[in-house]
Amino acid sequence: MSSDLFWILISAMLVNNFTLHLFLGLCPFMGVSAKIATALRMGAANIFVLTITSLAASFLNAYVLPHAPYLRLISFIVVIASLVQIVEMTIKKVSPTLFRELGIYLPLITTNCAILGLAIFQTNRGYGFLEGLAFAIGAGLGLTLALVLMASIRERAELADIPALAKGMGLVLIIAGSLSLAFMGFAGLSTP
Amino acid sequence: MTGPESATELVRHAPGAHEAGVLLPGQTTTPGHDFLRGVWEENPVLVQMLGLCPALAVTNTVANSLAMGLATFFVLTGSSLLVSIFKNLIPKEVRIASFILIIATFVTIADLTLAAVVPNIHKALGAFIALIVVNCMILGRQEAFASKRPVGRALLDAFGTGVGFIIAMVMMGSIRELLGNGSLLGYSVFGPSFEPWIIMILPPGGFLTLGIILLAFGWWRGRKAAEVPMVRRWPHGVASRRAA
Repeated sequence: MSSDLFWILISAMLVNNFTLHLFLGLCPFMGVSAKIATALRMGAANIFVLTITSLAASFLNAYVLPHAPYLRLISFIVVIASLVQIVEMTIKKVSPTLFRELGIYLPLITTNCAILGLAIFQTNRGYGFLEGLAFAIGAGLGLTLALVLMASIRERAELADIPALAKGMGLVLIIAGSLSLAFMGFAGLSTP
Repeated sequence: MTGPESATELVRHAPGAHEAGVLLPGQTTTPGHDFLRGVWEENPVLVQMLGLCPALAVTNTVANSLAMGLATFFVLTGSSLLVSIFKNLIPKEVRIASFILIIATFVTIADLTLAAVVPNIHKALGAFIALIVVNCMILGRQEAFASKRPVGRALLDAFGTGVGFIIAMVMMGSIRELLGNGSLLGYSVFGPSFEPWIIMILPPGGFLTLGIILLAFGWWRGRKAAEVPMVRRWPHGVASRRAA
């Protein structure tokens, strides 16, 4: 059982990396990957929201959705968005320092595809409470890893002599492609 | 340290989204421009870099790209219509939440319809149909356009943006299927002797294809921009310069 959980975590983090393999959460990946410090904070906020999402999705899957399966999307969105809002207000009140570090990213990632994607994948694969939690933490670590790698490469690219034409999103996408190519090597990890 | 605070800001701060289609008070546009802007000049994927997740994730074949494009077109048109009709009834404070609810309703319709009509494609697209809800392109059009303009104009804008999205999706899908599988819409193009570039239909191929398309567009724009100063410098052509 515990090895299963570990495998779910590693799989979500490396083999099926959310950003580089499933293309989820690309907006922050492109938008806030210019500096390593920002990327780390974004990653931390992502892990946080993903964990909350997983808890909410487990709860909805267990108690609400069996009665009204067609409300799946709407209830996921509404519940996750309001939960994040509540948590954000709590953090603002309890720990202003933490809020300054993470706060501004929380509303940004609430409507991010990685968050809803996690809830939907978790449902489609029939993960329970613990498995969902492992999946969420793995996915969050994977997003953070991708963001930090991207930010490190972009910080270097700032100093490199790149033709003016290639500067901008084209270059970022080509870098992402190479990263994704490298991450495909992890596919060898999968156990039969 | 200040940052984007709301979903509107998120859309505005999305990579490459220069105040796209955000109308200033008193600014007017023609119906034709409302339509054409989204198709080419401010193409959601290729220029504004919105809706990247589906554009990269499901474009490994033309059929999948087209199905995704049409589903998004349907959701965008339906939401724009509804948002534009109810714009005066939606309170300003909860407008983003209301937009998302409207969008989620249309996505649920699209999801269930695809599952019933084309189960194969629905299976291939998987979770990405549901993820149309969080496509920032759709929310962006509601916030920037449909919630401020009359119904007809909102529909035109949705049609234009939807067509622009379909064009970008099919473009990506064609390149990837052609190179990665040697076929178009399942029909073999290059014959059996072609060695498919498998990488193009795998995830890295999505990033590389879009990256190369953007670089090509950048090169083309750069050339066009370089032509303008020449004309400005000698407005009457080379002859006037020689005469002087």
